[in-house]
Amino acid sequence: MPKYVLVGASAAGIGAVEAIREIDKKGTITIISDEQCPQYSRPMISDLISGKADFGKMMCREHEFWEKNDVQALTGRTAVSLNLSEKYVMLDKGDLVDFEKLLVATGGRPFVPKIEGSDKEGVFTFTTLSDAESLALKLEKAESAVVIGAGLIGVSCTEALVKRGLEVTMVELQEKILSLILDPTASEMVENVIRKAGVTIVTGQTVKRIVGKPENDKAVGGAVLTSGDQVDCDVVIIAIGVIPRIELVTGTKVKTNRGILVDKTMRTNVKDVYASGDVAEAYDFVYGENRLLPLWPLAQLEGKVAGYNMAGKKADYPGGTVMSSLKYFGIPVISIGVANPKDPDPYEILVNHDPERSLYKKIVLKDNQIVGVTLVNCIEKAGVLFHLMKNSVNVKKFKQDLVSDDFCLATLPRSLRRKLYPGEYK
Amino acid sequence: MKRIIVKEEHCIGCGLCEVYCTVQHSKSKDIIKAYNKEKPRPTSRVTLEVHKPVSFAIQCRHCEDAPCVTACLSGAMKKDEETGLVTHDPDRCIGCWTCIMVCPYGAIKMDSSGKVVSKCDLCAELDIPACVANCPNDALVYKEVKK
Repeated sequence: MPKYVLVGASAAGIGAVEAIREIDKKGTITIISDEQCPQYSRPMISDLISGKADFGKMMCREHEFWEKNDVQALTGRTAVSLNLSEKYVMLDKGDLVDFEKLLVATGGRPFVPKIEGSDKEGVFTFTTLSDAESLALKLEKAESAVVIGAGLIGVSCTEALVKRGLEVTMVELQEKILSLILDPTASEMVENVIRKAGVTIVTGQTVKRIVGKPENDKAVGGAVLTSGDQVDCDVVIIAIGVIPRIELVTGTKVKTNRGILVDKTMRTNVKDVYASGDVAEAYDFVYGENRLLPLWPLAQLEGKVAGYNMAGKKADYPGGTVMSSLKYFGIPVISIGVANPKDPDPYEILVNHDPERSLYKKIVLKDNQIVGVTLVNCIEKAGVLFHLMKNSVNVKKFKQDLVSDDFCLATLPRSLRRKLYPGEYK
Repeated sequence: MKRIIVKEEHCIGCGLCEVYCTVQHSKSKDIIKAYNKEKPRPTSRVTLEVHKPVSFAIQCRHCEDAPCVTACLSGAMKKDEETGLVTHDPDRCIGCWTCIMVCPYGAIKMDSSGKVVSKCDLCAELDIPACVANCPNDALVYKEVKK
């Protein structure tokens, strides 16, 4: 009876539990999480702040998930070290958990740069439930906020704060918001909607100092920008990005780069030791190499693949790529792969931009294969494009149709559909 | 296990599948009221896809290994172990559109409310799904398939 030990109980851990139990009903599964309450959806902490979801709705699996899957859940416990030769994990109180197969799914932690005054009361990060809970408490008395970073987390947090009635200033170091996933056109479309919602967006700047309130220097009173201007606020949220939590394997034989290196089965270089989720560098099929892609759906898929392999069913991770869907401020956006190639040379770019209807479709091709998709306000066929992309389909014959208003499955030649969707033509 | 089979060679592009799906998923179940009174108009979960001369109707295929279930952020999209159906719980859905991004068929839609997604439920309360029952040329067929 194999002993599976999973460190981390978020998307990758959940995916792994489900996959293991599909194959192996009996092996013991122990999951270790330093959070008191795992199996909630981290991307939903913004919905908790905005009031759209309560705690119950944030549970992305049923309450009896651990019991139902016969998982021993060690929550609120930290895995502090790893012994690979004797195959155990040591926990915070010195107790040891033996494993036969180990999954490291420790995720990421928010990156917090050194900012003078960041130790003041009212400075938050925005990654975990406990971040959200402490922020929510503070918000009961707050009227204004500065959000540092206008990536996915920053934008999601900003929307939630606006819904709570706060006056928000978003500060982004790049010239455009969401610059990692959107080109300037799409970014501007989103920016306009956010501005209309009353948010002040400051780009090309960062916060160099957080200052206190005149009556209480320990509490956040304002943020001083690179320009020297001060924005008065009651809270500062740092949403610059996450870095992989690799400490558990540091100093062991497990190879790391910025994250833990894995093969297509999500195994590390050490037998019986797997890694998945934000802590792992998994395969990106667009870039053709392994890299960090801290995204919930990919983490869950990686965990699932790891789980299968741990339980003895051979499975390969098909690869992911940077892929985001945005719901914020009522403007649906999907961006997959290369959004904005710096060197346009090897690429061909197809665009359908209709400012009047506020529609934008952009496809980036390389050697007649789709490597990038950006859709604003017209997202419903994104999955078909993603399927073409994943399967490296040569789209030369119908490429102009890809950005047309009525692109759909029927646009694809029948022979291609037969090949791509074999199940439909049994 | 019954599923809807799409026969594109029989499709005449009339769109009745969409009409009857809309009615079936309306509050009134009445065609006039569903189209004229219910605001927003209920979403048809089947889509008539047209790229002349090709046309066919497509709805959720209830994939064996469903990408939308793995990608779902909130747990709203689930695979029913007994029936094999992919089920969607609008009360849990947060409208993040992640499932739309990964559905290879483009068969998940934004609900007309704009707040959640909407997809085929195989008309759980009917013996034969509305789109199939009202297709005039058997371009949609409801039949037993092997797992």
